[in-house]
Amino acid sequence: MAQSKPQNVFAPWNDPQEKPLIRFQNVTKRFGTFTAIDNLTLDIYRREFFALLGPSGCGKTTMMRMLAGFETPTEGTILIDGVDVGPIPPNKRAVNMMFQSYALFPHLTVEDNIAFGLRRDKTDRSSIADRVSEMLRLTRLEKFAKRKPHQISGGQRQRVALARSLAKAPKLLLLDEPLGALDRKLREQTQFELMDIQEKTGTTFVIVTHDQEEAMTVASRVAVMDHGKVIQVDTPAGIYETPNSVYVADFIGDVNIIRGKAHPADGGLIRIHYAEGAEPILATPTQPVAAGQDVAFAIRPEKIVVAWEPDHSRANHARGKIIDIAYLGNISTYHLELPSGQKVSAQMTNARRLARRDFTWDDEVWLSWSDTAGVVLQD
Amino acid sequence: MNRRLTWFNATSLTLGFAFLYLPMLILIIFSFNESKLVTVWAGFSPKWYGELLRNEQFLDAAWVTLKVAALSSTLATVLGTMAAYVLVRAGRFPGRTLFSGMIYAPLVMPEVITGLSLLLLFIAIGLDRGVFTIVLAHTTFAMCYVSVVVSSRLMTFDRSLEEAALDLGCTPFEAFRLVTLPIITPAVISGWLLAFTLSLDDLVIASFASGPSSTTLPIKIFSAVRLGVSPEINALSTIMIGIVAVGVITASLVSKRAIQRQRREEVEGVRA
Amino acid sequence: MNLRRVTLIALPYLWLLGFFLVPFLIVLKIALSDTAVAIPPYTPTLDLSGGWAAIRDFFGQLDFENFTWLTEDELYWKSYLSSVRIAAISTFITLLVGYPIAYAMAQSPDEWRPTLMMLVILPFWTSFLIRVYAWIGILSNEGFLNQFLLWTGLIDTPLTIMNTTTAVYVGIVYTYLPFMILPIYAALEKLDGSLIEAAEDLGCSRLSAFWLVTLPLSRPGVIAGCFLVFIPALGEFVIPSLLGGSQTLMIGKVLWEEFFSNRDWPVASAVAVVLLLLLIIPIVLFQKNQQRQQEAEQ
Repeated sequence: MAQSKPQNVFAPWNDPQEKPLIRFQNVTKRFGTFTAIDNLTLDIYRREFFALLGPSGCGKTTMMRMLAGFETPTEGTILIDGVDVGPIPPNKRAVNMMFQSYALFPHLTVEDNIAFGLRRDKTDRSSIADRVSEMLRLTRLEKFAKRKPHQISGGQRQRVALARSLAKAPKLLLLDEPLGALDRKLREQTQFELMDIQEKTGTTFVIVTHDQEEAMTVASRVAVMDHGKVIQVDTPAGIYETPNSVYVADFIGDVNIIRGKAHPADGGLIRIHYAEGAEPILATPTQPVAAGQDVAFAIRPEKIVVAWEPDHSRANHARGKIIDIAYLGNISTYHLELPSGQKVSAQMTNARRLARRDFTWDDEVWLSWSDTAGVVLQD
Repeated sequence: MNRRLTWFNATSLTLGFAFLYLPMLILIIFSFNESKLVTVWAGFSPKWYGELLRNEQFLDAAWVTLKVAALSSTLATVLGTMAAYVLVRAGRFPGRTLFSGMIYAPLVMPEVITGLSLLLLFIAIGLDRGVFTIVLAHTTFAMCYVSVVVSSRLMTFDRSLEEAALDLGCTPFEAFRLVTLPIITPAVISGWLLAFTLSLDDLVIASFASGPSSTTLPIKIFSAVRLGVSPEINALSTIMIGIVAVGVITASLVSKRAIQRQRREEVEGVRA
Repeated sequence: MNLRRVTLIALPYLWLLGFFLVPFLIVLKIALSDTAVAIPPYTPTLDLSGGWAAIRDFFGQLDFENFTWLTEDELYWKSYLSSVRIAAISTFITLLVGYPIAYAMAQSPDEWRPTLMMLVILPFWTSFLIRVYAWIGILSNEGFLNQFLLWTGLIDTPLTIMNTTTAVYVGIVYTYLPFMILPIYAALEKLDGSLIEAAEDLGCSRLSAFWLVTLPLSRPGVIAGCFLVFIPALGEFVIPSLLGGSQTLMIGKVLWEEFFSNRDWPVASAVAVVLLLLLIIPIVLFQKNQQRQQEAEQ
């Protein structure tokens, strides 16, 4: 994408002039005694591809169902385009949803499924036909227009569901685990199709998923949720590189968490003492840290270099013994034990086809990482 | 999701079940009526139950009916289970289409035709009509119901269980006895219950197949009812409804318990 | 082992041949015979001791006279027509009564459903005869329905319902209602709730979501239910003879009377054969519907 030209980067959330399309204001939703959404406030902007990410039961589906109109908030308001949508029933909202099960009508053809919503609006026949063929073209389903849902493949069904929910050109499209039913290869391919279609149509997409890779791939911003609360909202890179909590760091990708006490060092850096006799970790905090405070140091495996000798261009070094190796082809993951007993994993790309001498079990090696490689978390 | 009881649904359920149960309720209430007139309430009295117990004809008919039902349902369960096994597991054999046709046809055949044809058979082969012929007739149509119940269970049954038993050294008969039979037992039992009820209930076929010496309860009730409503019949009906209600409710409680126990064991298994 | 297999197949097979197929062939044969004042009251009877000539002679005497008779005598074709009409009308009423009940059951909370199911099935286990009998006390001139209507002041003189075709409709609807409810309920219960939500999401009101999604998807259940009521209602004997009057013509009743009262076995057999031919069409259609449904599920 246009990373090299910062002025073109799509980031309406950084623009104070921009009005959000969706605004959750102190929304709480309770089912009996169970609180599904807990006093949640969140803005989503036009043309965003916004992902709600979290484990099952975190409240992400409830948020989506409130946007579609199938649930109403117990407290607080939801504004779409500045209008409180609380009293508006689902059939009167300019919001469409792509269901996890696709919910394709089994008694209707692909074509009739796509036309279903348009026919409810009493639009004239020829414009319905035009719109349907446009949607069929967009989702490359022209050949299957006359088939019934059970006569096409899973991937094609997914595209029918997408076409059907996009046909009415909604202001907002909700996608509930849209790729959950597809196998891995097809899912990856479809992710790019989704992004492409989102860009072409300019529709705001809100996607619910528990698959962090999927959220990272498709979304402009990701909200990581837990127990009815949003823990962090940021771009995929922001979420990955600067998680604001151990929960987020742990939920997204693999991470090593090393707990210790912080002591100030020169140049705003801190030293984290994590074990008796071990050299403290030199790290760059994002927020001021008091002397002696308990912190968690989070570092991604690929930020740690494994070598026979310490790498002196990096600030931190530690000896480690290889416990286990997972060879994945493109990368290898090493599980190591530090002298303090701390377990750490490190990842190296296998750039050479055949290395001269591989590391193997029980090898004593050196781990090195820079003072900015990890994040200091306080919680 | 989102199951709500709207006023429309509540009304349908109330009216629907009132329609299903009110007639029987009235019948039961008026079996305790003092008066001989069935439609005018004249005070509570269990006297018609006493009358019923003194009515030898009804008692004889009830005894014949129970005998017929017990014999025919047992025979029908054996034959019906065999037929189901043949349909689902025996593969191809000559005349298979005719066989499955003969299993399903009696289910939709009007009772008058089944009854008539069996009667004509009994006459043609010179069989004296009596308890024996009713048992033959009931076995024939009840075995078809049993085989439908059992074969639907057999069809959903994982064939690899039988194959595993064979693989572990069972003969086909042992595999049936040790693996298949225990699994289909609930279906066989409900098949038996169905056959028993059908036999108890049957009027038309029994009328054709019975002789003068063997009157079943439905035949007796039918000839009494043709003459009009009587409190004795109400009392008899109440007893029959009571037995069925107790039976069905017990059966459903037992199966509910079994399901709950199974679930609990599964949960405990997971914990362990 | 092979002997076991043969026994396993042969036992139920021979039983059904002997007690289902052969009796039916006898009916067919007698339908083609002539009435006679004898025991048994028809001719010819097959006497195998006469050898080949006797058999040929026997077939030579069979004719379609009884069937011709059925078309000539008004009573028969009128009662066929009337049976079809009564069965069709009661099936339709049963559908109107049964659908809302099945729908409400499918919409009810999960924990209620086993109980509701049991309440629908319970009457099925109860004696058919008793359930029909229960209506005599309700529908008769001094019955509870008339007492109730007189009490409310809706009518001044009792309505004559007992011994009319109306009473037969009531009886059929009442006794066959579970057969209508259960397949419709099964179809509605399988229905994925997200389909209704999808319809609403795409702009349907509750009512139009019902018309466009729920109703078409429950159609297999509706068709199955209609056949399950129509087929047995067509050959019904108990209901018309207990609740219907002399003007209520139903073929099952005619067959019974022909056999037991008139002792005309050949005509009774011919009536049976025609009734069966009449049933073949709905039965074949029903089978097709069930097959299609099974295929759709796979």
